[in-house]
Amino acid sequence: MNDTPIKPKAAERMKIPRQAMDARNAVARSASFAEVNLGFVEQVAMMEARRCLDCKDAKCVGGCPVAIDIPAFIDRVAVGDFAGAADVLLRDNALPGISGRVCPQEKQCEAKCIRGNKGGDPVAIGYLERFVADWAREHGDRRLCPPPKCEKKAENVAIVGSGPAGLTAAGELAKRGYGVTVFEALHEAGGVLVYGIPEFRLPKSIVRGEVESLQKLGVEIETNVVIGRTYTIDQLLGEMGFSAVFIANGAGLPMFLNIPGENLKGVYSANEYLTRINLMKAYDPNSSTPVMRAKEVVVVGGGNTAMDAVRVARRLGAERAMLVYRRSRAEMPARIEEVLHAEEEGIIFEMLADPAEILGDDGGWVRAVRCVRVQLGEPDASGRRKPTRIAGSEFEIPCQIVISALGTRANPLLTQTTPDLKTNQWGYIVTDENGMTSKGGVFAGGDIVRGAATVILAMGDGKKTAGAIDRYLSLNRRPT
Amino acid sequence: MTYQVLDARWLSPNVKRLRVRAPHVTHNCKPGQFVIVRALVDGERIPLTIADSDRAAGTIVLIVQVVGATTKALCALEAGQAILDVAGPLGKPTEIHPVRHAVLVGGGVGTAVIYPQAKALRDAGARVSAVVGGRTKPFVILEEELGRVCDDVFPCTDDGSHGFHGFVSDRLKRLIAGADVPVDLVLAAGPVAMMSAVAEVTRPLAIHTVASLNPIMVDGTGMCGGCRVTCGGHVKFACVDGPEFDAHLVDFKELTDRLTAYRAFENCAMERSA
Ligand SMILES: Cc1cc2nc3c(=O)[nH]c(=O)nc-3n(C[C@H](O)[C@H](O)[C@H](O)COP(=O)(O)OP(=O)(O)OC[C@H]3O[C@@H](n4cnc5c(N)ncnc54)[C@H](O)[C@@H]3O)c2cc1C
Ligand SMILES: Cc1cc2nc3c(=O)[nH]c(=O)nc-3n(C[C@H](O)[C@H](O)[C@H](O)COP(=O)(O)OP(=O)(O)OC[C@H]3O[C@@H](n4cnc5c(N)ncnc54)[C@H](O)[C@@H]3O)c2cc1C
Ligand code: SF4
Ligand code: FES
Repeated sequence: MNDTPIKPKAAERMKIPRQAMDARNAVARSASFAEVNLGFVEQVAMMEARRCLDCKDAKCVGGCPVAIDIPAFIDRVAVGDFAGAADVLLRDNALPGISGRVCPQEKQCEAKCIRGNKGGDPVAIGYLERFVADWAREHGDRRLCPPPKCEKKAENVAIVGSGPAGLTAAGELAKRGYGVTVFEALHEAGGVLVYGIPEFRLPKSIVRGEVESLQKLGVEIETNVVIGRTYTIDQLLGEMGFSAVFIANGAGLPMFLNIPGENLKGVYSANEYLTRINLMKAYDPNSSTPVMRAKEVVVVGGGNTAMDAVRVARRLGAERAMLVYRRSRAEMPARIEEVLHAEEEGIIFEMLADPAEILGDDGGWVRAVRCVRVQLGEPDASGRRKPTRIAGSEFEIPCQIVISALGTRANPLLTQTTPDLKTNQWGYIVTDENGMTSKGGVFAGGDIVRGAATVILAMGDGKKTAGAIDRYLSLNRRPT
Repeated sequence: MTYQVLDARWLSPNVKRLRVRAPHVTHNCKPGQFVIVRALVDGERIPLTIADSDRAAGTIVLIVQVVGATTKALCALEAGQAILDVAGPLGKPTEIHPVRHAVLVGGGVGTAVIYPQAKALRDAGARVSAVVGGRTKPFVILEEELGRVCDDVFPCTDDGSHGFHGFVSDRLKRLIAGADVPVDLVLAAGPVAMMSAVAEVTRPLAIHTVASLNPIMVDGTGMCGGCRVTCGGHVKFACVDGPEFDAHLVDFKELTDRLTAYRAFENCAMERSA
């Protein structure tokens, strides 16, 4: 970087408009699984970075669940030192290429951005994070350099589940010299990142790249192992010789609407639909995985999962891909960018509608959803406005596929087979602030502790708990 | 991990027996449990019963009937080749309670399910009879193996070419009526229509009857809900709550219907692989 540009003065910086992210053409992409966002080129990234005011009391950092030193990495981008930027990012976040794509920045770092709160647009922190991560990947993975002086530890740690929590913990523990084995129930590592979030939002090659770098660090990944069935937690800690276990098996139990007609052919949980498409590659016409395709598809829900399912349905050829949500657009928990992209792709939003029954034809196939109009009351204690049904307002939406994307709960498979693991009333594992459970040597984090949350929180848990496991094992280590 | 096929032989014109290296599955596996198998890159994950397992050798036995693209690919495997993925054991094991006389009814490839159950019930001290059916003589499988672990084996064929001429449910009815030791448990595994018929035989007699259901599955861990069945008016996920359910409570009509969900697609996939 010999021609390092000088950063402009604050007044100059305020004049730079927020740089737009180039996206694939909306018409073309509604039939394609290629990534929608195209990323910043270097010049655009540097321009965007120069918008940052380098605030003394940078509020954005407080908005980031893992407290990335945002002004520091953006400062490096502004002067074209992308490797330096990557170093800063990777200090706090092992998987920035993932979080830069899927974090709800508009509710986190960017919501707190002082420049944004002065009446302008916030700095595009997420886009810059993604840019730096992609740059680092394209220029040789920096994390492969062996971390300084990590002496091999005697203990082995078992990790249950290979989602963002499990993968992050695996990396942290491997860097500290522990033997790490990740057990994954499915045939591919990545958790929701591979079975749930579609290719057009998070290319699987990125996840695979992250998994491969962990393997290069010495992490063993054993797929097709369902803890609780293949091995119990007690067997891991006993005969299999692990000194600690980190449970990060996610919140993978799908919720259904519990209305008549839900077992008709053509009704899916979003998990099943997305798993068939993403993990089992049903979007590829040459795959032998079946998935239903239809002209009219209704997806029920308003979160990221619903948005992913409806955009997938559109890509599989639905002429009317419709989102049915009980509240209004403002209440939808999905990332704002996904809502905008969905609209551009021609997704129909049917707000303030509550499905009451799924109607079938004589052959047992879905033919319509009967919905009731709702209105929103005053905000309740949690600040959410409770929907109430309006009598006599029923209407039918013709469709051949209904996908229920109402969220997920704790899957009881593991906890049922580990009775001494304390869970709360919803089945989530109870931990202390260090991620330690009621069972000695057993830690937990991610969605199985928090309930369905976010990728960055799961990664934060993985990192924090790895530290706690290290301390726990160090304390228990007998002097040799 | 490679899931190598150690030996492979045809048991009937459309059913193949594969002994597969899968040490992790043998660790805790019990009768009634199954594995999820992937045979084709980018293809489906399908459930198959663990027909036998050997912990010391680290092997399991799968008995596969050709019905579609994935089972066809599996049945094309010979010793020395490998299966892409084998996950398990999955599902709840068969509940083995002390009973006096258990009758195990196997139709077609369902016979693979009753073989390990027969062994477990025999070890638990029960009298064990097996009723096994097939279209014609070559389609009746595992008769000899079952003969070694059961007190009696009654083969049945639709055309009378071997054993009883007629349905397994009719042979069951006769067996119950003439049994010296009263029948107090019936386990059924096979085509849905067969399991449903068995349930109707035992319902008026109030004999506890358990059916091993075979809905379409994806993950096998409770994550997708694709395997849901209605049992006693409640929705259950067969991969984690089952696959065995009280046959008198199961909604067989719904199960039959749900199994046809991908018929059109399956025909295409089968043609492509032909
Ligand atoms: C469709 C969809 C879209 C989403 N979009 C976003 C988004 O845009 N932004 C965002 O921040 N968050 C998003 N989320 C939420 C986010 O993905 C989760 O909060 C996050 O993945 C949780 O991470 P985790 O590591 O706790 O678990 P998971 O990612 O759920 O991974 C758990 C892993 O454990 C495995 N497992 C389960 N049980 C066992 C067992 N018994 N033995 C072995 N392995 C087991 C599972 O197969 C899985 O691979 C989305 C979720 C979904 C479903
Ligand atoms: C718990 C369980 C244990 C099973 N054990 C065995 C076994 O030991 N040996 C064996 O040969 N088969 C077994 N099956 C059935 C086997 O899984 C299916 O035959 C297989 O999935 C068909 O896949 P395919 O791609 O070859 O055929 P496809 O072309 O996908 O399907 C052909 C027909 O098979 C039926 N079918 C499709 N998927 C399934 C499914 N997942 N389960 C049941 N039927 C299905 C449908 O009626 C379909 O029309 C079992 C099923 C379950 C649920
Ligand atoms: S990790 Fe997420 S919240 Fe934190 S800076 Fe990056 S995009 Fe913002
Ligand atoms: S197969 Fe997915 S929940 Fe049972």
